[in-house]
Amino acid sequence: MAKITYHTHDNKTHTIDVQKGLTVMEGAIQNDIPGIDADCGGGMACATCHVYVKEEWLDKLPAKEDGEEDMLDMAFEPKNNSRLSCQLIVSEELDGLEVNIPSKQG
Amino acid sequence: MNKTDVLIIGAGPTGLFCAHQLGIIGLSCEIVDNLDKAGGQCIELYPDKPIYDIPAVPECTGEELTNNLLQQIKPFNVKFHLNERVELLKKNQNRWHVKTSGGVEFDVAAIVIAGGVGSFEPRKFPVKECEKFKGGSLFYSVKDKSIFEDKTISIFGGGDSALDWAIELSNTSKVNLIHRRDAFSGAESSVQKVRELNDQGKLNLYTKFQMDSVSGDKQIETVKIKHDEGEIKEIKSDYVLGFFGLIMQLGPILDWGLNIDKKTVQVNTENFETNVNGIFAIGDICSYPGKLKLILSGFHEGALAARGCFKYAKPDEKLRFEFTTTSKAAQERLGIKK
Repeated sequence: MAKITYHTHDNKTHTIDVQKGLTVMEGAIQNDIPGIDADCGGGMACATCHVYVKEEWLDKLPAKEDGEEDMLDMAFEPKNNSRLSCQLIVSEELDGLEVNIPSKQG
Repeated sequence: MNKTDVLIIGAGPTGLFCAHQLGIIGLSCEIVDNLDKAGGQCIELYPDKPIYDIPAVPECTGEELTNNLLQQIKPFNVKFHLNERVELLKKNQNRWHVKTSGGVEFDVAAIVIAGGVGSFEPRKFPVKECEKFKGGSLFYSVKDKSIFEDKTISIFGGGDSALDWAIELSNTSKVNLIHRRDAFSGAESSVQKVRELNDQGKLNLYTKFQMDSVSGDKQIETVKIKHDEGEIKEIKSDYVLGFFGLIMQLGPILDWGLNIDKKTVQVNTENFETNVNGIFAIGDICSYPGKLKLILSGFHEGALAARGCFKYAKPDEKLRFEFTTTSKAAQERLGIKK
């Protein structure tokens, strides 16, 4: 388990124990955290699981694979700390990760 | 008015295979899809990506899968209504009356919703004022390029649509191409071409910029763009084009009185009927305990939903279970000559 904190657009904070091996996207979906649509189900094909990663975590995350940045071009208001949460696989190293969920996914 | 047994909404793999299953049991159907071609997500999101989990097909692309399914339903001469979105639904005694965005009307006994995650629509700019100019001087697709002649156009996006239109319109218009990063997702040859045109002064490329605001009276006059590091540039623009791909929206289906849970339609697992009699939902759009969003699950759901439609289409007949290997009737419907 790793603790992942989701800050939702309604200014609420949800800290969840997410099982290792799940993605940050799945952690949100399974716990009914609003704001992540994940239309394509984790296939890196839709950019509707877009999150902003808290700055201090940016360097600690696995690097973006080919295609993630291309999909982020489509995301709603992408920023430098944007990631697709379906590409962030939860591990011990991510214990304590904080992400902000944007106001909309599209 | 198109009169048929079943209307399938969505021409993705699930909808196509359901058409096959309807054909096998002797029911007619027509298919509506918002896209301009059959295939759904397979064609729109990943035509070239290989799929590895279609039973008995070790590997195929989204495009191959679609073509094979189209081939498989060929004997049934299914009529497609593409570029149409289903809008209105009305119960008419024991049948349904359906109307699409383009005014096409159907009189059907049952409806199968195979709409994936909804219909594909262009992604819009996050900036609020864009809504005011949409359709007049701000567009998400190009219908008539002649209106751009000798005008200044600001194009946003980094994929093939943005690059292709930037190149094309730079012949007759003053083009600004604005993209959020230095790299592009479009074809490398187009990126090269855009950079050449920029070097030759034939278009203006702004990278690491995104839209900040648009302003104008009735038409757009200026666009402000913001650099990653905060710098704001104001550029004169007669038109703005945004190409950010497509997003899926559930749309009018939300108003049909169906039980909806997180953008999906609840169904039973006996025949994938919704809470409304005569309306079925299959594929990614349906939900039930244990639902897997796999194409193979959609095929199974379609086979059962097709049989569920039978009692609405032919209330006085009984459906007998048959195999295509031995059923004369099924083989006749498939056009097999022995």
